[in-house]
Amino acid sequence: MKYDIVVVGGGHAGCEASLASARIGYKTLLITSNIHNIADMPCNPSIGGSAKGIVVREIDALGGEMGINTDKSLLQIKMLNVKKGPGVRSLRAQADKTKYPLEMIKTLQETKNLTILEDQVSDLIVEEATIKGVKTEKNNIIKSKKVILTTGTYLNSSILVAHSSKKEGPHGEKTSLKLSKSLKENGLELIRLKTGTPPRVDKNSIDFTKMKEETGDNYFLTFSNFYDAKYDLEKQMPCYLTYTNEKTHKIILDNLDKCALYSGLIKGVGPRYCPSIEDKIVKFKDKERHQIFIEPQRQDGIDYYVGGFSTTMPHEIQEKLLKTMDGLENVKILHYGYAIEYDAVNPTELNFSLETKKIKGLYLAGQINGTSGYEEAAAQGLIAGINASLSLSGKEPLILKRNEAYIGVLIDDLINKGITEPYRLLTSRAEFRLLLRHDNAIYRLTEIGKKVGLINEEKYKIYKKKIKKIKELINLIETSSFTKKELNEYYNNKINITSKTKAIDLLKRPEVEIKDILNLLNKKYDEEISSFVEISIKYKGYIEKTEKEVEKLLKLENKKIPKDIDYNKVTNIATEARQKFEVVRPETIGQASRISGVNPSDITMLLVYLKKEYPYE
Amino acid sequence: MEDTIVAIATTVGFSALNVIRISGQNSIEIVNKICSKDLTKLKANTINYTFIIENDEKIDEVLVSIFKSPKSFTTEDVVEINTHGGTSTVNKIMQLLIKNGCRQAEPGEFIKRAFLNGRIDLIEAEAVSDLINSKTEEARKISMKGIEGKISNKIRTLREEILSLIANIEVNIDYPEYEDALVITNNLLKDKIENIKKQFENILENSKNNKIIINGISAGIIGSPNVGKSSLLNALLEEEKAIVTDIEGTTRDTVEGSIIISGIEVKLIDTAGIRKTKDKVEEIGVKKSYQILKNSDIILFVLDNNRKITKEEESLIKTLDKEKTIIIINKLDLKSNIDKNKLKDFTIVEISLKNENNLETLKNKIKELFNIEKIKNRDYTYLCNARQIGLIEKALIIIKEIEEELNLNVEIDLIEINIRRLWDILGEILGESYNDELLDEIFSKFCLGK
Repeated sequence: MKYDIVVVGGGHAGCEASLASARIGYKTLLITSNIHNIADMPCNPSIGGSAKGIVVREIDALGGEMGINTDKSLLQIKMLNVKKGPGVRSLRAQADKTKYPLEMIKTLQETKNLTILEDQVSDLIVEEATIKGVKTEKNNIIKSKKVILTTGTYLNSSILVAHSSKKEGPHGEKTSLKLSKSLKENGLELIRLKTGTPPRVDKNSIDFTKMKEETGDNYFLTFSNFYDAKYDLEKQMPCYLTYTNEKTHKIILDNLDKCALYSGLIKGVGPRYCPSIEDKIVKFKDKERHQIFIEPQRQDGIDYYVGGFSTTMPHEIQEKLLKTMDGLENVKILHYGYAIEYDAVNPTELNFSLETKKIKGLYLAGQINGTSGYEEAAAQGLIAGINASLSLSGKEPLILKRNEAYIGVLIDDLINKGITEPYRLLTSRAEFRLLLRHDNAIYRLTEIGKKVGLINEEKYKIYKKKIKKIKELINLIETSSFTKKELNEYYNNKINITSKTKAIDLLKRPEVEIKDILNLLNKKYDEEISSFVEISIKYKGYIEKTEKEVEKLLKLENKKIPKDIDYNKVTNIATEARQKFEVVRPETIGQASRISGVNPSDITMLLVYLKKEYPYE
Repeated sequence: MEDTIVAIATTVGFSALNVIRISGQNSIEIVNKICSKDLTKLKANTINYTFIIENDEKIDEVLVSIFKSPKSFTTEDVVEINTHGGTSTVNKIMQLLIKNGCRQAEPGEFIKRAFLNGRIDLIEAEAVSDLINSKTEEARKISMKGIEGKISNKIRTLREEILSLIANIEVNIDYPEYEDALVITNNLLKDKIENIKKQFENILENSKNNKIIINGISAGIIGSPNVGKSSLLNALLEEEKAIVTDIEGTTRDTVEGSIIISGIEVKLIDTAGIRKTKDKVEEIGVKKSYQILKNSDIILFVLDNNRKITKEEESLIKTLDKEKTIIIINKLDLKSNIDKNKLKDFTIVEISLKNENNLETLKNKIKELFNIEKIKNRDYTYLCNARQIGLIEKALIIIKEIEEELNLNVEIDLIEINIRRLWDILGEILGESYNDELLDEIFSKFCLGK
C-alpha cells in the first residue's frame, strides 16, 4: 500500500487533516483504531466559546469542515459577549454527540482521494531522519511521503479513578505504547499531561424545575461563513444551571485521600482552566458554591453532561456528591467521571508548519502537541494537512501570523513557549484581537484558503458577492447625508442635530446604530454585512491603532536571524535567554522576543550583535 | 562562559586599605595561584588571612573574602582581596592577577553581570551606579533604597494592582457566564483608574524630588555686566574661583561651583553679563548665558541697586518664570536708584556683597523655593533617573486617554488596550517582561472550569 499522506487518528485534528490533503488532491489514508470513534466528542458537548468560536470561523473561512459540521448538528447556539466590544464576540454551540460524528463520517466517505482504514499504528518508518511510512498492529506496512500524527490522548495513556489506574485510552480503547516509545527513540521530547471529564447522568432522574434554564439566542446564527442557518429556532434544547453547596464541599474534603488526584496517583500536569471539582474546593476554600451546568448531549438520548464537575473520586462518592445538589437528589449516573494521563510531544520540537524538526515529513497536530479542546485540535489538523500537501507540491508552508488569525496565535505560542500544561486558546493570548474578529474571519482568510486549494468555486462566489455588498454599502454611507429636518423627524428630536449631517459622521456617534442609517436610507442589507460595515466605521480609530501596533510586530518579524548564529558569541545577554535561544533557535527577532524568559534588554543586545556581525542582512 | 574580571573596588590614593574584587568562573583558582594559603579548600562567605606571593616572595599581607556562586553580588564566584599597601602594591597585585588569567573589568561591568545574571533588576542596577556617584548623604540613602529593591517593590505593587484589574476584565471576556467574578463596569473602572492615577502622581512627584536629591539643583546667576554676579558666586562659595574685576565683560565663560544647602547640592553657574556686544568672544559668552537661563532649575537674577533698570534688563525680566527666579538687588551699601515697582510678584533678596550681609537670607529663599526641608524628611523610596521619570510621565498621558474613553462610554475591552500599556510601562521601568504573568494571575485568582 502506498499513499501520499497518511493521517494517524480520526479525531477532530485527523478529520481536518485528511480532508484538507484529499481535497487539495493528494492520495490520503486515514487510519483509526475504531471507525465508530471518528470525530468523537469525548468530553463536553459544546463547540466554540470565547476565542474558540472565532477559531471555528477561521477553520471554515480557510475551507475546513468543523463549522459546517457543527451547523448540521446543533442543539443550541448563542453569541457570547454581545454587550462588549466587537473584538471579543464569539459563538458557542451545544452539538449533538450522535449527529456530529455521523455527519463527519459521511463527509469523509464522500471525499475523493480519501480512504479510511481501521487498524492501529504501532511504529513509524524513518530512514535518514525522513519519514517513509508506518507499521500497524495488523502487520501492515504502509508507505507514505508524509505522515500526520493526530493521536490525541492515546499515547501511553492511563485512565484513573480513585486508586485504580488502567493502561487504556478513552472508551476502553487500547493505548499506544509503541508509538510513544518510537517518538522518544527518534529524539523527540515527551511530556506527561493530564485531563479529566465529569460524570454523565440520566435525564429522567433529574428535577429540572429546581434549576435555572439557559437557552440559545432567538435569532439565527451559523459557524459557516458561507451558508445560511437551517435549524429550528424554537426547537433549541436548553442547558440548566445548578450549584454545589456546603454538603458537597464537606464530602469532598472528607474523602480527598480517595481520589486519584490527591492520593498521588496522578503525575501529569492538568490544565488550570479546567480543574477537577476536587481542585476547585481545595484551591478556592472561600467560595460558598460553584456553578454546575447540566447540558444535553444529544437530541434523542437520555445522557446529560455535568459541566464543571470533572472528578476522579470513587464511583460511590461521585454518586453521593451529585445527590447533594438541587435537582440531582435522585440522580442516576450513566458514566462515571475519570481522569486520563497521556504523553504529548513538547511543541518546541516543531517548525511553524507543524512538521517536526527532527523527522522530515512527519507532522503533528492536536492533543499530541499538548493542546486541549476540539477547536484547537481541528485548527492544527487543518494546518498540518495543508502544509504536508504544500510541501508535496514543492511550495512554501502556510504560516498564519499573530495578526492574521487566532490559529496563528495558537501555533506561535506552542512553538515559542512550549507546553507545561494542556494549552487552551483564550482571547487574552491574542494581542490584536480587534483585528481577529468573528465577523471578519472570511475577509481575513478566504483568499488564503482559495490559494491553497480548499475553497471551491461555490464558496468563492459567495465570498465575492459579500465583498461586493460591503463595498456597495460603505460607498453608500460615505456619499449620503441627511437634512436636519429628516433627522429630527426620524429621532423625534431626541438627539442633538444642528445641521445637515453626513451619514458616516452620524454613524460614528455612540447613540446611532447602522440600522438607523439603513432605515433613513430605506435600504435593506443582511445583518452580517451591515454589522461588518458598522464595526469598520465605528471602531475605525481603534482598528487603525491596532494596525500600527501590528506594523511594529511585522518590523521585528522581518528581521531574520541567521540560521548559523552562535549565541555564545552574543555578548551581554542573560544566561536564561541564551539557553532559551539555543533550544528554540528563533527565526526572527519578533519570534525571539516572544520566548518566555527573554527580556527586552536581551533583544537589544541581540540586535546590536546582528548589526555588527551581519551588516548587510 | 564569561571570563574572569578584576577591578580595584576602592578609590586608589593614600588610603591605608584597598579592596580588589575578582568575579568569574575561575576567580578562586586564579587568586589561589598567588596566595600562600590553599583557597580551593575554604568555605564560602569566609574571610581568610594570607599572603600574596610571587616566586616565594611575600608581596603583601592580606585578607581574602570568598563568595561562591550563586550567592554573590554577580552570582559568579567572587573573591575580594583587602590589601594594605598604597598605589604601588595594589598595582603589583593587579598585574599578578591579570598575568594569571584575569581581565581588567570595564567600568560598571560588575553591576552589568549582576543584572544579566538576574541577581538585580534594572532599577537596582541603576541605583548601584547612582550610589557610586552620589555626593550627598541624602543621595546615598536613595541609592541604597534602590539597591535594597524597595523602589522596585513599590512599582511592582502598583503593577500587580493593574495586572489584577486586567485579569478581571479578561475573565469577564473569556468566561462570560462565570458569575463569581466581579463584572467590571464603567463606573467601577472609573474608581479604580482614579486610584491608580493617584499612585502614579505620587510616584512622579516624589521621584522628581529624588532627582533633585541625586542630581542637585542647578542655579544660573544671570544679569547685566558688572552688577556683581561673580562676587555673588564667590561669596557663596567663600572662595575666589571666578575672576572679579570692575571692567565690564571680564567673565566670558561660565564657572561652576557647588554648595550644599540642607543636604542638597546646589550647582552655581556664573554667566557672562548679558548685553549687546560686537566682541566675538564675548558674544559667545552671552549666547551661552541665554542657554543657561533656559536650562537652570533656578535663576538668580542680579540687579544693581545704584542704577535704574535698563530697557534690556526690563525685557529680560518679562521672560523670567516667577516660580523659579530670585531677584537679587546688590550694592545695598550704595544709594538706591532702582524702581522696585517693575519687579512685582518676584521673590526679592536685597544684599550687599561688599559687606557680605544677607547671604543667609538668600540661602533660605532657595530652600523655600524648592521645599528642601520637606524633600529631606521624606520616604526615599522613589525613582530617581530621567529614564524612569520619563516613563511615569508617559503613563500619566495614557491615564488621561483612559479617562476620556470612560467618559465616551467606550467598551471596557477596548479601554483595556490602554490599561495594558500602563502595565507594560511599569515593566519597562523594571526592565522585565512577564509574558505569562497574566495567565498565572487569571488562574490563581479565579476558579474556572468547563
